[in-house]
Amino acid sequence: MSIGHYLVLSGLLFSIGAAGVFLRRNLITLLLSVEIMLNAVNLAFVAFGRQLGTVDGQIITFFVMTVAAAEAAVGLALVIGLFRHRESLNPEAFTSLKW
Amino acid sequence: MLFYLFAGAAVAGALLVVSQRNPVYSVLALIGSFFGLSGLYVLLEAPFVAVVQIIIYAGAIMVLFLFVVMLLNVPREDAAEWDRAHPLYRPMAVRIGGVLALLLALELGWALSRTAGLGGGVADEHPAVSSVAELGRVLFTDYMFAFEVTSILIIVAMVGAVVLAKKEK
Repeated sequence: MSIGHYLVLSGLLFSIGAAGVFLRRNLITLLLSVEIMLNAVNLAFVAFGRQLGTVDGQIITFFVMTVAAAEAAVGLALVIGLFRHRESLNPEAFTSLKW
Repeated sequence: MLFYLFAGAAVAGALLVVSQRNPVYSVLALIGSFFGLSGLYVLLEAPFVAVVQIIIYAGAIMVLFLFVVMLLNVPREDAAEWDRAHPLYRPMAVRIGGVLALLLALELGWALSRTAGLGGGVADEHPAVSSVAELGRVLFTDYMFAFEVTSILIIVAMVGAVVLAKKEK
């Protein structure tokens, strides 16, 4: 398999994740779509690392995973807090700061 | 051939995540997608990343998601009116979002189709570096600073999550 195959797959997954962020109106699904995008980028990193014969791609992947874990923890805590306030997960319900 | 199997699993899982109305099914579909990606990492001769993908992502992060989804009891939330309509009949902002996502996909495809040197096998030029010992050596020498900063990030996230989720007085 050439690097092009992996890059096309990575771009496809990233687009699906972006479409999820743009189209869905559910905070949990938005966070899941962000995870899809992070994983698409991980795949590109590992594929490039394999192509160049270095270990750096895999290491950056670990850092991305750590950031994803931190993001999930804080994001889900925020979702719980928001749900307590409004009893809703629709982003349209949280527009108090909108001008 | 295995590549297409795993790639198909990853893409199908991702599509299911975006199209499901019930968040519980979304989380389960994403776990399936992660298993496909893990197989791809094995094909790329990065077995440690593949194992970490399963243990950390599917095992820890997704369980956290599933836990919150079940804690909040959100499936009934998806029966609301705003989620019923066909995507094209939704409010203007959402319609523009769909166009933006399509634009991003087209742009990525265009950029890839114009890039030279994408042919040839991914494993042709260099031997694989897949030993965990080498991985650890580089992580604790070249990437020492980033590694330490990551530990601070984890502490901040932990404290932040506790502060955000605790009951207000």
